[in-house]
Amino acid sequence: MNNNVPLIKNSFKTILKKTESKNQLKNFTINFGPQHPAAHGVLRLILELNGEVVVKADPHIGLLHRGTEKLIEYKTVLQALPYFDRLDYVSMMAQEHTFSLAVEKLANISVSQKVLLIRVLFLEITRILNHLLSVGCHAMDVGAMTPFLWAFEEREKLMEFYERVSGARMHAAYIRPGGLSSDFPVELLSDIKVFSLNFSDRLAEIEEMLTNNRIWKERLIDVGIVSHKQAVDWGFSGVMLRSTGIAWDLRKNMPYDYYQHLNFDVPVGSKGDCYDRYLLRIEEMAQSLRIINQVIDELDNKIYDFSSSNFENSNSKSSLKYNVMKTYMEDLIDHFRLSTGSVVLRAGETYCATEAPKGEFGVYLIGNNTEKPFRCKIKAPGFGHLQSLNDMCKGHMLADVVTIIGTQDIVFGEVDR
Amino acid sequence: MLFKFKTLNSSKNNQIKSCFLTTESSKKKNGLNIKMYNILSKVRPSVRYLIDKKVFPYIFCQKFNNENTYIIHKKNLLLSLLVLKNHINFQYKILSSVSGVDFLSTQFDKNFRFAVVYDLLSLKFKNRLRLKVFLNEISTISSSCSVYYNANWWEREVWDMYGIWFDKHPDLRRILTDYGFDGFPLRKDFPLSGYIDVSYSADKRRIISEPLELTQEFRAFTFESQW
Repeated sequence: MNNNVPLIKNSFKTILKKTESKNQLKNFTINFGPQHPAAHGVLRLILELNGEVVVKADPHIGLLHRGTEKLIEYKTVLQALPYFDRLDYVSMMAQEHTFSLAVEKLANISVSQKVLLIRVLFLEITRILNHLLSVGCHAMDVGAMTPFLWAFEEREKLMEFYERVSGARMHAAYIRPGGLSSDFPVELLSDIKVFSLNFSDRLAEIEEMLTNNRIWKERLIDVGIVSHKQAVDWGFSGVMLRSTGIAWDLRKNMPYDYYQHLNFDVPVGSKGDCYDRYLLRIEEMAQSLRIINQVIDELDNKIYDFSSSNFENSNSKSSLKYNVMKTYMEDLIDHFRLSTGSVVLRAGETYCATEAPKGEFGVYLIGNNTEKPFRCKIKAPGFGHLQSLNDMCKGHMLADVVTIIGTQDIVFGEVDR
Repeated sequence: MLFKFKTLNSSKNNQIKSCFLTTESSKKKNGLNIKMYNILSKVRPSVRYLIDKKVFPYIFCQKFNNENTYIIHKKNLLLSLLVLKNHINFQYKILSSVSGVDFLSTQFDKNFRFAVVYDLLSLKFKNRLRLKVFLNEISTISSSCSVYYNANWWEREVWDMYGIWFDKHPDLRRILTDYGFDGFPLRKDFPLSGYIDVSYSADKRRIISEPLELTQEFRAFTFESQW
């Protein structure tokens, strides 16, 4: 016993000494999300904080993982299509469209010009839908309530257009391999025209609330700066890439559908901070409006024959004539056969990428001469952007994490797949 | 369609490797040729085959739908990626995605069960290129994080879904599946319904996972076409 007492005393003293010499605080680790409203759904972010400064951000994703890629391997092409609506559930048609393009490439299908025009029309409507939510929710995360409400009012009008062509407000399944699910109703064009006339004013109102707002600017300017080189290294695309000054838009640089015939500008940022990306999104909405107007004029001026769009030139022996389908029994059988049996994907593979509102959305499709895709890899832009969150947040304050998540425009449907 | 490399023998591989070691003068010459190829994409395939092989060692090149795919040996992966990223006539600066493919139940050799596919994008030449590496079940592949910074998560996803191990990966954890998940779901021998059933137990007041019980077996329609 006697021997032990000084030993304990000594050890106690050394512990005391150690704590005195290490008179500093450990980094504090907190869970951000998955229930936090600014986590945009189900992001679980483990933040290591030094005071209020972020040292490390480790995103844990996959809480919304539904195994979309696995499910698609067990479905025919037409059955697989609606999964794409549910990936990024605020830019639905953009993803259907990418998948349709990939299938069309593999199955050797070409579509008529009217289909291309309607696709472009709805792709741009989708872009506005996405950017309205993106800017609105970003503003709300940062503290501005009003733009969010105004943006959702406009979104409602746009989703009504979705509903009128497809019957569904969000998950439309409208753009399909080989064409569209149906022609659009007669008065739709004039209604979209009315919308486009009013929308530029609504856009100006939202901008008036934010662009010169002192709080908004203080929260966004110089936050989350991404340099030219970083954006390329991190594999950015879309607005995230353009904000750094790289003029890269797949609609311009690798045009698909009807985009090479349309006039529009690609806004490019200079600084690469969150404020730049906000301005880009606003400007992109204005440009989308420009495209919509051009497409409406184009559709108005010419009379297009919608008849020969669905599954034309596909592997089927006869091409489908929409108008005669309702008249002749044989054509009806043909239509039934195609719509239930889907198309056969040639043995081969393709990587098809389009400029979705969030960035480059890609589908890597492998066919093996059956109706089901052998492999369908989905390249979601959000997945690529989110992995740079650690680098973007480092050294920023805790409150800026919200700004950076907002500016990345992340939706977990597509990140988790 | 996809693979002719079965016919390949090892001596040819060595040849390919030796092709890579070119002298300074010939490099310049090659460089010029490749620039021409980038501008004129409609060069005869045989010619292109000869041009490119000296720049990075590939086994087989396929062109489908105007998309170029190069199949390379896995030991040449980092070298090829480095050349494709930094060579002035390629500049594939952006890695679009890394995806895994499982070729089980097809007629192919067991040594080529998995493929790891790298999709590259060149902003300068507005061009895409695909690199493919084949693996068997037990072999590993070196991580490309040292070349492409953003390969990190893409490779984590391939590891999570296919169980392909990436050597020297800075942070190879599972990414999309649940904490404590067992198995590799995108493998062809993993059932669509999975093995476990997760539900909330009112008695225990927590989430529980039980072995899956299906009232009806999942019906896999294996015939090629209903028609």
